[in-house]
Amino acid sequence: MKRVSLVFTLALAAGLSTEAATAQTLKTVKDRGMLSCGVSQGLPGFSTPDDKGNWTGLDVDVCRAIAAAIFNDATKVKFVPLSAKDRFTALQSGEIDVLSRNTTWTLSRDTSLGANFTGVTYYDGQGFLVKKSLKVNSALELNSASVCVQTGTTTEQNLADYFKGNNMKYEVIAFGTADETVKAYESGRCDVFTSDISQLYAERLKVSKPADHVVLPEVISKEPLGPMVRHGDDQWFDIVKWTLFAMVGAEELGVTQKNVDEMAKSDKPELKRAFGTDGNLGEQLGLTKDWLSRIVRAVGNYGESFDRNVGAGSKLGIARGLNQLWNKGGIQYAPPIR
Amino acid sequence: MTVEPRKPPPQFVAKLRRALGGRAGWGGFVLQILFVAALVWIGYEIVANARANLQAQRITSGFGFLNNTAGFDVSQSLIPYSGSDTYTRVFLVGLLNTLLVSIIGIFFATVIGFLVALGRLSPNWLLSRICGGYVELIRNLPLLFQILFWYLAVLSTLPNPRQSISLFGSFFLSNRGFVIPKPIANPGFEPFVFAILIALAAALLLRRYARRQLFESGRLVTIWPYVVGLLIGLPLVTALVFGAPVAFEVPELKGFNFSGGSRIIPEFVALTLALSTYTAAFIAEIVRAGIQSVHKGQMEAGSSLGLQRGSVLRLIVVPQAMRVILPPLTNQYLNLTKNSSLAVAIGYPDLFSVFAGTTLSQTGQAIEIIAITMGVYLLISLVTSAVMSFYGWRLGRSMG
Repeated sequence: MKRVSLVFTLALAAGLSTEAATAQTLKTVKDRGMLSCGVSQGLPGFSTPDDKGNWTGLDVDVCRAIAAAIFNDATKVKFVPLSAKDRFTALQSGEIDVLSRNTTWTLSRDTSLGANFTGVTYYDGQGFLVKKSLKVNSALELNSASVCVQTGTTTEQNLADYFKGNNMKYEVIAFGTADETVKAYESGRCDVFTSDISQLYAERLKVSKPADHVVLPEVISKEPLGPMVRHGDDQWFDIVKWTLFAMVGAEELGVTQKNVDEMAKSDKPELKRAFGTDGNLGEQLGLTKDWLSRIVRAVGNYGESFDRNVGAGSKLGIARGLNQLWNKGGIQYAPPIR
Repeated sequence: MTVEPRKPPPQFVAKLRRALGGRAGWGGFVLQILFVAALVWIGYEIVANARANLQAQRITSGFGFLNNTAGFDVSQSLIPYSGSDTYTRVFLVGLLNTLLVSIIGIFFATVIGFLVALGRLSPNWLLSRICGGYVELIRNLPLLFQILFWYLAVLSTLPNPRQSISLFGSFFLSNRGFVIPKPIANPGFEPFVFAILIALAAALLLRRYARRQLFESGRLVTIWPYVVGLLIGLPLVTALVFGAPVAFEVPELKGFNFSGGSRIIPEFVALTLALSTYTAAFIAEIVRAGIQSVHKGQMEAGSSLGLQRGSVLRLIVVPQAMRVILPPLTNQYLNLTKNSSLAVAIGYPDLFSVFAGTTLSQTGQAIEIIAITMGVYLLISLVTSAVMSFYGWRLGRSMG
């Protein structure tokens, strides 16, 4: 881990001097024949490899959708697993083309890292996981508790704010990776494990008796998670941004993985625009006319990807909540594809 | 009055030329200057280029972040620290934690290492085999594995705070660490410390007197009963006069954890244990090699003077062995300090974890932070080797 961050830093120091700021990422990716995508080191539901090395998850689907839009082949992705603290350096140094690793969008990250957030794949919030045997019903009963947290996350600062704001004492133990954090929590070193709620559900699957642990009702922060790209390449920024909008838009239009080829023949003007049978929206992005159908054919629309990875159709079983479409009670919203 | 410009003596020029390795005359000298200049230029280009490109990509650079509020907490700090302090403070907290674990680790590694080496050389078959087994087992297992072993396999099996193992109702051992009563200074504290200092000074004077007696008249004066008497008696008398020097704040179980008292966190214990036992295995081999490098005749000569085995080792063998031991021992001290950065695996807040870890990912200023961290480890290592060199120099001088 240590060595990895050093390598990225050296790459950053050296690479910066060679790579021009206005890099043509799309051309680089096409020449390479492969999209390089930064993901987590294994977070069920978001990005996790199976025993054959196939990556799945909501964040992974974003990578696959971009690859599908460019190559019409969702397998042309090289996944680079990154720890929380190595992720930004990997993006800055050009090691990856896009960072799709449950990363919270904040002002300072958006401005000081030389990178931009392209949208929100998952609206999350920070919560607490405790053992049921502690008989705690609210986070406000956690005075004097020991809390395990993964280092290099917004979680650490939210935690400090929350306990300070509520005049509660606590002890924080920060670990380098999510696995180490969960192991320490499970061994009893901490009373509480805190992280984004989606991650709490995912990590709970890893402990020996998931049913003995409960997520407390309090949500103490806003954690909009989304992909990031480097500054200085607006075309690439647009491609990544509109790939996600295409997934959300497809759900809104009722386009699914199953009916995509049928819908492509539709006469409806908005569908004709989206599928490129009318106009050249895909080409304006630097992609092909059929970019949207390529994406949906590969990973499905946003709702399908959500259900398959984190929602009702997955082991996590998280409700859509805020991540429902705007016209169904949530806040997922894509600007018009026209 | 005119001042004659001093000409460098010809010898000096020759020395300089030799120092620069130039036998080929001034041509070689110029080449070397050019080489150094090229190195400096390349270094400057790298820095300037990185700066320009960081600015072009609008990545924040510079050291201004050090004055920003950190906003996160740390589990162990030797200086007062809260989340509203700056990143500079975080840096200091991490640095002190690294130094703490290194110094304590070096101390125990040295003690265990010497004991194991002496045990291995002992004529007692069983002891020697046990010490040999220790060395072979410990030095052949990866350090990270040993740290995790102590942390996850040993310390985490301790009971939770509510069922903690209690000693005398005021010491508590649990999976949250070892909680001990915290001493708090009473009014009698200052006279007490003063008394100890006086007793120490008197003991030193006594020792000087005894040495002089030994060297001048060959008389062996027994002073230890007086020294012990002074060191215990004088503070005891002041304590009786001024009252107890310290009161103890006894820890109490409140909510999830103990409140009050001082606590040694398990991360610190696991890291110190692993670092000192691991490094001790290497030190043991170094010490053994050092002792065996001293000719057997020295030992026999000592014995024939009527000295006991312990005295022979202490007065004759070890001082000579130190010349061989010192350089590789310094290496082990440096290794231990650098290995302490494995702390991040078990959540001990050392410099690497809180500064090159948390601070780096919160500010995103990788180049600056990695540069500072590398500089600090380099500085710690250079200071350690300087101290060891000084010790070696004194040792060499005292042996004539």
